[in-house]
Amino acid sequence: MFRTTLGAFALIGGLLATSPARAAGEAIAIPNHPFSFDGVFGTYDRASAQRGFQVYKEVCANCHAMRLLSYRNLRELGLTDQQVAAIASQVQVQDGPNDEGQMFERPGRPSDRFRSPFPNQQAARAANNGAYPVDLSVIAKARNGGADYLYALLTGYADPPPGVTMGEGMNYNRYFPGHQIAMGNPLNPDQVEFADGTPGTVENMARDVATFLQWAAEPELEQRRAMGVKIIIFLTILGGLAYAVKRKVWADVH
Amino acid sequence: MAIGLHDSDFKNPVIRWVDQRMPIFTMMQKEYGTFPTPRNFNYFWNFGALAMVNLMIMIATGIFLAMHYTPHTSYAFDSVERIMRDVNFGWLIRYVHMNGASMFFIVVFIHIWRGMYYGSYKAPRELLWMLGVVIFLLMMATAFMGYVLPWGQMSFWGATVITNLFSAFPFVGDWIVTLLWGGFSVDNPTLNRFFSLHYLLPFVIVGVVFLHVVALHITGSNNPLGVEPKGPQDTLPFHPYYTAKDSFGLVIYFIVFAGFVFFAPNFLGHPDNYIPADPLVTPAHIVPEWYFLPFYAILRAVPDKLGGVLLMFGSILVLFVLPWLDGSPVRSMRFRPVARIAFLLWTVCFFVLMYCGGMPAEEPYVTVSRIATAYYFGYFLVILPLLARLEKPLPLPESIARAVLGGGGPMPAGAAAKPMDKA
Amino acid sequence: MAEGAGASASDGTPRRDFLTLVTTAFVGVGVGAIAWPFIASMQPARDVLALSSTDVDIAPVAEGMAVTVMWRGKPVFVRNRTPAEVQEARTVPLSQLPDPATDQSRVQKDQWLIVVGICTHLGCVPLGQKPTDPRGEYGGWFCPCHGSHYDTSGRIRKGPAPRNLDVPQYAFTSDTKIKIG
Repeated sequence: MFRTTLGAFALIGGLLATSPARAAGEAIAIPNHPFSFDGVFGTYDRASAQRGFQVYKEVCANCHAMRLLSYRNLRELGLTDQQVAAIASQVQVQDGPNDEGQMFERPGRPSDRFRSPFPNQQAARAANNGAYPVDLSVIAKARNGGADYLYALLTGYADPPPGVTMGEGMNYNRYFPGHQIAMGNPLNPDQVEFADGTPGTVENMARDVATFLQWAAEPELEQRRAMGVKIIIFLTILGGLAYAVKRKVWADVH
Repeated sequence: MAIGLHDSDFKNPVIRWVDQRMPIFTMMQKEYGTFPTPRNFNYFWNFGALAMVNLMIMIATGIFLAMHYTPHTSYAFDSVERIMRDVNFGWLIRYVHMNGASMFFIVVFIHIWRGMYYGSYKAPRELLWMLGVVIFLLMMATAFMGYVLPWGQMSFWGATVITNLFSAFPFVGDWIVTLLWGGFSVDNPTLNRFFSLHYLLPFVIVGVVFLHVVALHITGSNNPLGVEPKGPQDTLPFHPYYTAKDSFGLVIYFIVFAGFVFFAPNFLGHPDNYIPADPLVTPAHIVPEWYFLPFYAILRAVPDKLGGVLLMFGSILVLFVLPWLDGSPVRSMRFRPVARIAFLLWTVCFFVLMYCGGMPAEEPYVTVSRIATAYYFGYFLVILPLLARLEKPLPLPESIARAVLGGGGPMPAGAAAKPMDKA
Repeated sequence: MAEGAGASASDGTPRRDFLTLVTTAFVGVGVGAIAWPFIASMQPARDVLALSSTDVDIAPVAEGMAVTVMWRGKPVFVRNRTPAEVQEARTVPLSQLPDPATDQSRVQKDQWLIVVGICTHLGCVPLGQKPTDPRGEYGGWFCPCHGSHYDTSGRIRKGPAPRNLDVPQYAFTSDTKIKIG
């Protein structure tokens, strides 16, 4: 009796546990896009993530900050120390106060955070018709659907269907909740020229930047999964041993 | 009792020296070694031990997280992400703590369910049961305040909604809410005191767990038959029989736990909590963590503010008087054919409420919540008291040993002596 | 409690058989492995390690003057020594030093002495950076906590401190700039 009940518990509990996630937003089905990090054993495609950083730097970073990331983090994407230092030194960051009490600008170092395009949220709103370009540091964790949603959003711009009246300065997007998004279509064909010869299609750019943003949100993903596999194997063996010990101890009772 | 050294049975000179002066080894031997435990536990009896281990995991990971966390509205969100990114194994410790809360509630829900199914709350275990309800309430308070600490959107708005519940009370409501906030909205003072209390309450839980175990070791454990052990043939020493069985259950629990932590760490969470708290923008749908959903559904099922709050608190407080609502002398539902069905239906209602709590407050969920809420309370307040008078229970086995070893029927005298033969 | 409980008290004590030993060993390994992430989490985090170098502009430091800069949360003394001070540091016979080290081994450029400003006794910050400070009997630094005297090379000369002031890792990135760490 208790076995079936336990099974039923697990089943019902598992089904119901998804309810909080399902509760948010009107249901717009997000198509599943195949990514290198899908599944239990997926890892980040480094080349794709590096291209994604290029897309972020040349396109997204004009409005969107990623204040939780530092340039040194890019080493995890396979960039060398020299490349990271070169990327960091291209930006001017504010430092100080110096001995005279003045703030001053200096070239960035690998230990600096990604420079934000606007000094604060109010300035960001003012420059974008009142819409706040969200910080992208953990955006892949902060949206239902994660990277799939980001890919769908970036490739989901279209003309509004007949009968839909768009608000002032709004754009139609098939996957944005409510379909009206303040951000204009950010990606156009060949907007970014990739050094490795990957064609600059919207789909390629969207996939690469989604990969980059997923990495930015969960840099620990590969280490986490690798450790998880080892621990579950260990626990499975230990479980077998513990069961054998239990059987042995109880052998003279049953 | 004479004053002087304790008469210790231990041979090791160091252990003996300590034990004579402070008999903790004798106590451990008595309470966890030879402690006579009913021989017929099923795996539902693992969950008390699992809850104890879970509590220790939460305290250990929490202490290490607190070394890196900053309880300030400007830094809380970033300090949590710093734990995830820069602190060595910070992601592991945080995900264990975060999913550990969910595991704790899974374990404790099953533990409570087991107590209700097998009638563990009945005399003489009423106080044991009530201490358990106190632990459950403390857990909910701790979990609620812990969820506020990352200072994401759900943290902030969850805190706003839940603290506002208290404003439903007439006359003193607003005063209480201001007191909880330390200001005029959920803000830095609120975050600071929640952090302080979130650190304190687990140790209060440890204290009540100790009392829970003390009470347990006076009355002894209930068992799946609900029949008290009548003699040594009905019991086994806790060690090695139940230490071995609990160890196996513990490993299975760790496998489930690890599955969440390493492969679906955010499955039970909400994406909105990775958006930093913004007092100007409320998320489209505020939902509490999954373990609060049944109670949240009861709150929303009532169209009246105060009524909803009272019913929500009442849904847990009713557990305190459960031992007196259920007057049937038969403990285990195995021998209560009608109550068994009524209780399983109550279980279904609990899950239905959990589902509705996660859905938007619109039809059909509101009506379904109301029906389920009515049954939730009806079970406690009407069905159980009535069944105590009307239900005709099945015949109880004479003893545990007879039911376990004799297959229920009459058995030869030799069978009862079987464990002694083995000894 | 009679037979039932007695059953294990007599022979039911854990049997040291192979199976139990292997299981116990597994549990031991598991518990040890669990302890490691907790200990490691207390080590400096990655952002702390990334900030472990500091750039200092030494152009404004005139001869005979000194500046104190923060590096890894500690003060670092950068002193532009006069020729007389250098001379003094280099003429002392090593046999007179509690912790023998040549001045040449402690500097990269003769006039610039760069040392961690933490007394090697119990961690106070010695005096001697400002012209008005007492500099001790040997013209370097004087620790007011327990009276340790350091010379113009930052070497311990008198008092309870066991070692010379530590020289941090640093490099001249240009004639007027150094990078500590």
